Amino acid sequence: MAVTPAVGTISAAAQDSSTMTDTLRISVNGTPHELTPDPRQSLLDVLRETLDLTGTKKGCNQGACGACTVLVDGKRVVSCLTLAAMHDGAEITTIEGLAKGGELHPLQTAFIEHDGLQCGFCTPGQIMSGVACIAEGHAGSPEEIRFWMSGNICRCGAYPGIVAAITDAAERA
Amino acid sequence: MLLFTLQKAGSPEDAIAAAQAGARYIAGGTTLIDLMREEVERPERLVDINALPLKDIRVEGEDLVFGALARMSEIAAHPDVLRLQPLVAESLIEGASPQLRNMASIGGNLLQRVRCPYFRMHDAACNKRQPGSGCTALDGLNGGHAILGTSEQCVATHPSDVAVAFVALDATMRVRGPDGERSFPVEELFRLPGDTPHLEHTLLPGELILEVRVPGGAHARQARYLKVRDRASYEFALVSAAAALEIEDGVIRTVRIACGGVGTKPWRMRACEQALIGRPPDRANLEAAAKLALEGTRPLAHNHYKIELLPRTIARALEMAGELA
Ligand SMILES: Cc1cc2nc3c(=O)[nH]c(=O)nc-3n(C[C@H](O)[C@H](O)[C@H](O)COP(=O)(O)OP(=O)(O)OC[C@H]3O[C@@H](n4cnc5c(N)ncnc54)[C@H](O)[C@@H]3O)c2cc1C
Ligand code: SF4
Ligand code: FES
Ligand code: FES
Repeated sequence: MAVTPAVGTISAAAQDSSTMTDTLRISVNGTPHELTPDPRQSLLDVLRETLDLTGTKKGCNQGACGACTVLVDGKRVVSCLTLAAMHDGAEITTIEGLAKGGELHPLQTAFIEHDGLQCGFCTPGQIMSGVACIAEGHAGSPEEIRFWMSGNICRCGAYPGIVAAITDAAERA
Repeated sequence: MLLFTLQKAGSPEDAIAAAQAGARYIAGGTTLIDLMREEVERPERLVDINALPLKDIRVEGEDLVFGALARMSEIAAHPDVLRLQPLVAESLIEGASPQLRNMASIGGNLLQRVRCPYFRMHDAACNKRQPGSGCTALDGLNGGHAILGTSEQCVATHPSDVAVAFVALDATMRVRGPDGERSFPVEELFRLPGDTPHLEHTLLPGELILEVRVPGGAHARQARYLKVRDRASYEFALVSAAAALEIEDGVIRTVRIACGGVGTKPWRMRACEQALIGRPPDRANLEAAAKLALEGTRPLAHNHYKIELLPRTIARALEMAGELA
């Protein structure tokens, strides 16, 4: 996706009675940012390309794989299918925001302990989705975890380790 | 992605005015952004409607009313929905993924576009994408396509799950356009492809979906959604059935059946319903009635299996609904 600012088009829309979202204020992992994204930029592209937070991955760019999962105001979403400019005022949490003071999030630790990954490409999305899955109360059994984690695809097939890690972290939470 | 402008609407009037001036509504964006990136959708202007006060989920008597911007996940988890309309909740949970359900609005869900692979392939003919270019699916890979309501111009199924539940339950929708408000059955939102498959719904230019109303009742509380697909979750339906039953003194008093994955729009199965009224809900009766769903079906080269699967799915969904008693 191109990232050249569409300045001309912004002023065209600004002539309408509706207000134009030109400045985007978002907080990412607790840090406030003021940005002027191209209207075409997805939240994923702003995280990766503008803010250099490359932990969030781009797999399919079509909403199908879950690699780009982040939390927006505490809820898991696929950041590739949403325009950054539509999130003024939002609080975003990415994989970079989970560890606190050099200490890994319990689910990150559980992924390591249970071999919840092989190549690691899907892992940030799995962990963000897993954090939400536990917070939602959808991690009560391996069956429930499999259903509620089905939006995250793992090409390496590390599913048994992923389910074990989430089960473990949910029990400790 | 092609250039476009993005504006934010502060009120329905604002949004409708923007739409009249050529803007497309954007809610969750999970259909629109995806197809804009593929340049299948090419709006030059978008109006973000997420600030509009259309997020309510409320109970009115036995009816449930969903604001157009209520998210799939919010409706599916709502205690009143689970109590009064378990079929609606189940059809939502069986759709998309947890992430997408957090994003997708109920209005956008009803207007989602088809999942026919050729719709996205710019080098394949597709009447829906480019009117008059032909339909590659007709003689192509059509295993997932429709057996009801098809035309020589398009054979794609409508992919929404919750729309199937809405059509079964006689849901209505309220919309507002430049000339005021109107209400109509959700079933009437969808068009058959006929000679104009690029026209998918009956909304007038600029009309904004405000809310969907689902009437309640004993049958609505005893209703299930069965979705048969290639994997256990996170996949579109091959065949699905929404079934609602009210049984009194051992016989079926009220029954509603609609199916997904088989029609070019969510397909209400009225002949099956009529055959069941006053009958005991035993397996033989359910199977006999379910077979009536096959009337008028026209299978394609690769989707003959749906002829077998459709009545079985209906019979099983009815049985599941009966088990709730
Ligand atoms: C990978 C993937 C898997 C999926 N699986 C399923 C599935 O199994 N079952 C299923 O049912 N769905 C599935 N979906 C589709 C998903 O449910 C829809 O994309 C979603 O519901 C659309 O809602 P939205 O708010 O994101 O719509 P948007 O993308 O914002 O809008 C879609 C359309 O609706 C119009 N619109 C939106 N709101 C209004 C309104 N209030 N009034 C008038 N017009 C409006 C827009 O202009 C646009 O044309 C899947 C999607 C993806 C990406
Ligand atoms: S079935 Fe419809 S959507 Fe698919 S190629 Fe034919 S016209 Fe296009
Ligand atoms: S990159 Fe967003 S879901 Fe695959
Ligand atoms: S670890 Fe390789 S894709 Fe999941």
